[in-house]
Amino acid sequence: MKRTRLLSRLWEFQNKYGYIPNNAISEIAQKLRVSKIEIEGVISFYHFFHRKPTGKYIIYLNNSIISEFNGFADIKAAFEKETGCTFNSYDNNPLFSLFETSCIGLSDQEPAALINFYPFTHLTPEKVKSIIEKLRNYEAIESIANNPTCKIQYTPTEEKTIFFRNYTIGNSLKKIKPNNQNKLLANIEKAKLEGRGGAFFSTAAKWNACKASKNTKKYIICNADEGEPGTFKDKALLNNYPGLVIEGMIIAAFITGSKNGFIYLRAEYKYLLKKLENTINEFTEKGFLGKNILGIDAFNFKIKIELGAGAYVCGAETALIESLEGFRGEPRIRKYFPTENGYLGHSTVVNNVETFAMASRIIELGPNFINTIGTKQSKGTKIISIAGDVAKPGIYEIEWGTSIQQLLHLSQATAPHYIQISGPSGECINNSEFHRKICEEDLICGGSIMVFNKFRSIIQILENFTKFFKIESCGACTPCRAGNQILHEKILKIKRGICTSKDLEEIKQWGKIMQYSSRCGLGQYAANTLMMAVDKFNDYFNLKVETCTDNCNVEFDMQNAVYDYDLIINTQANNLQ
Amino acid sequence: MENISFKLDGRTCTAEKGTNLIEAAKQNGIFIPTLCHFKHLNPLGSCRVCTVNLNGRPVAGCTISLQEGMDIEVNTTELLDTRKAILEMMFVEGNHFCPSCEKSGDCQMQNLGYETGIRFTRYPHLFVDRLVDARPERIVVNQNRCIKCKRCIEEVKTNDGFSVFSFTQRGNSTKVSVDYEQEAKLSEIEAERAMQICPTGSILVKGKTFSKPFGNRQFDLGPEGKQFSLDKIKKHKTTNKKKRIATTSLAGCFGCHMSMLDIDLGLLDLLEVVEFNKSPITDIKNFTEHCDIGLIEGGCCNTHNIEVLREFRKHCDILVSVGECAIWGGLPAIRNTVPLEECLREAYLESMTSEEGATIIPNHEDIPKILNKVYSNHEVVKIDYHIPGCPPNANHIWNVVKHILFEEEYSIAYPEFKYD
Repeated sequence: MKRTRLLSRLWEFQNKYGYIPNNAISEIAQKLRVSKIEIEGVISFYHFFHRKPTGKYIIYLNNSIISEFNGFADIKAAFEKETGCTFNSYDNNPLFSLFETSCIGLSDQEPAALINFYPFTHLTPEKVKSIIEKLRNYEAIESIANNPTCKIQYTPTEEKTIFFRNYTIGNSLKKIKPNNQNKLLANIEKAKLEGRGGAFFSTAAKWNACKASKNTKKYIICNADEGEPGTFKDKALLNNYPGLVIEGMIIAAFITGSKNGFIYLRAEYKYLLKKLENTINEFTEKGFLGKNILGIDAFNFKIKIELGAGAYVCGAETALIESLEGFRGEPRIRKYFPTENGYLGHSTVVNNVETFAMASRIIELGPNFINTIGTKQSKGTKIISIAGDVAKPGIYEIEWGTSIQQLLHLSQATAPHYIQISGPSGECINNSEFHRKICEEDLICGGSIMVFNKFRSIIQILENFTKFFKIESCGACTPCRAGNQILHEKILKIKRGICTSKDLEEIKQWGKIMQYSSRCGLGQYAANTLMMAVDKFNDYFNLKVETCTDNCNVEFDMQNAVYDYDLIINTQANNLQ
Repeated sequence: MENISFKLDGRTCTAEKGTNLIEAAKQNGIFIPTLCHFKHLNPLGSCRVCTVNLNGRPVAGCTISLQEGMDIEVNTTELLDTRKAILEMMFVEGNHFCPSCEKSGDCQMQNLGYETGIRFTRYPHLFVDRLVDARPERIVVNQNRCIKCKRCIEEVKTNDGFSVFSFTQRGNSTKVSVDYEQEAKLSEIEAERAMQICPTGSILVKGKTFSKPFGNRQFDLGPEGKQFSLDKIKKHKTTNKKKRIATTSLAGCFGCHMSMLDIDLGLLDLLEVVEFNKSPITDIKNFTEHCDIGLIEGGCCNTHNIEVLREFRKHCDILVSVGECAIWGGLPAIRNTVPLEECLREAYLESMTSEEGATIIPNHEDIPKILNKVYSNHEVVKIDYHIPGCPPNANHIWNVVKHILFEEEYSIAYPEFKYD
């Protein structure tokens, strides 16, 4: 057995037994000739692998902020009441196991949960009751699960729509001609395609680096590990136009000379697996995948789908590569680009789902057409997922340069106050910035917009975000692992109402240290929102904290400090009576 | 090999091409503190203490292999503070009770604490309950002290090439776990090597921890200027009015007070320039006058401590936390990782001497209430200075106090720094 097979092997055990038993670990460790603790280390890194027996139905309830504002607490209580189980514990119930999980990409249909990876959306306590009853009555889970399709709420006028226009399989591949790699690459470059996962690195530069690499083996990896809370645009693409994404990968393979591709699909989107496999089969049948593709000699390319196992950080390209290789998903140190030293040391291109889809549209429609849409820096359109306090949550394909105001109007936002751009690691904006435009020149956006109205507690939002980073940090470097914990404690302190303006200053200073010294993007961006919110919503924070000068009193919460003791003594007194 | 030149804090240096920055800087006389970097290991970049600026961008120094023309900044104000901040994060994340640690004096993290001048941490301590695993054959792994540098994971292998350690869990629960089966294969010497490469006291070999006595250890430096100079005190005698000092011991052991008395006869000279108000030394119970300086030993573990501390804040111009307990809780704070109820139950209801049903958890309106955890003094009131040590050396205490009282500039010298 190869190490690269580790995650899929673990999935086999997880699916078969509901957990990964000791003898499975022994077996794997023996086959890979590694110590058992190493396998243990990989298993415990991924949220969806269990080391203790679970019930027949594993229920993962999303605890993102959107879910919290839509009744998470009630749904959680309802699940516990109906199943008799407790969340996040192994209580030996043969039927059910309950776990909280980070965003599952259904923010437009919250509260939502995955039961054995089938989606259940728009949950209410009544609905929970009926689901559990049906499951107890052996009803097939497929038949009661919801359709995860998210609504495409908006596309620009027909001629300006790029992604969600008519799609015919193989349309972009027609442009592939023997030895025209350079021309295709030039087109990608001309349309200024940049990584749509949120890093906005030039795609042409990345592909060119891989093309130029002397490495004998090259890999194309599609990053479908869309973990940023509030984001579900990649899911929409994979669900509606899986072929478009695959064509993008084929084009990339043709340009760079790669023979192998992977789609790293997050386990939360397991329900898309079948569809993707079918699409790949269709492509193979049509001769678009496999050997001598399109009749071009020695143009061989195949795509394999690998399933993640619940780790946000694996969306970072080097962490994703580690994960594919069968290791803990810890991002690598920034010494090489993956195009120099990637998957198994080979030259590797990792791109987001949307980037590949856009690439195939660029090739299909031509850069001249694409360049008529968008702004000077950002060409074409962008897929945005909008969730939160809007009447029309869902997918929006917008022309670059659309303003926040327009989006709020389109999505029918109610009393918008706090808007989170690009998820927790992005930035927040207040109502003085609604005129800002989504494009590289102004406000860059990875794909998620969460709208919160003025009745939502900003502290609750920030608490949810810091808790998320605290859990999802890979734990390999100090500033991110410890820093997120420290910031989370700080938020809890503000929540308890014993903060002064000095605490807010500290949030900014400490966040800066994390930005400055963390090993990868997760740690570098984790404190961003917090630091921005302190400045942008100072009206809100000024009501929460006491302003203090150099010589201010330290606030000490005596009530909280003696609470435990009083409780113990009172209980003792009651027991003695 | 080809030699290249690069810039280190503006100075042009040379080294072999591809040399690791940490080593090259050492050769050129510049010390870059680091905890995870270890000789021939592949760069790990996990502790981040060696963060430097490479051509203006922050990078972990241990991950840089030198190329021609690199411009590296090591000691800017921002970088020095970042390094200190990262170390402070390590101190608050784990439970580093230096006074009770077997590795104290030989601990590289402790040494970097001295080096960067950490008297107190800017962050509150997290006090997470962590495992002490004594199950392995030869070693004990104390998670309280682990800084997750990964040195042991990369370096400690059995003869047949199996790893002994691995990270398990993730996020804030990440920890280094031991493979018992593989660990049992280690020889005594290999186990000791594991203890040596651990930069803290997280990996210990059973029966070997005190083989090198305290006082002879790598970072056990004696205090500078052993004797307290009398002349220096008398210089201040011209001052008309005596300066007033108050002292107290909160949740402490009076060890810091014993240390203060350790200046012996110097105390008589001192009394010519200062007088003590409320203090165990004079047995004055209540403040009779406003004081210039208050010395606090111990942290706050009950409501009485809080009251006394607040009283001190009211009656003293300057407050100084003396010793580890005052600064962050110290030894009494060992209980902070355990819920209060469990502590009280263990102490009063289920202890060796308690009889079932005959003992209760003490409570009365006259006795102070126990707080849910031990608090450091600066969490309760504003503290102006911190003197680390357990206890701080007598000269050190008086050096600090004297300089504060007579407004002279003073910074703690490296050899005077002590956490144990």
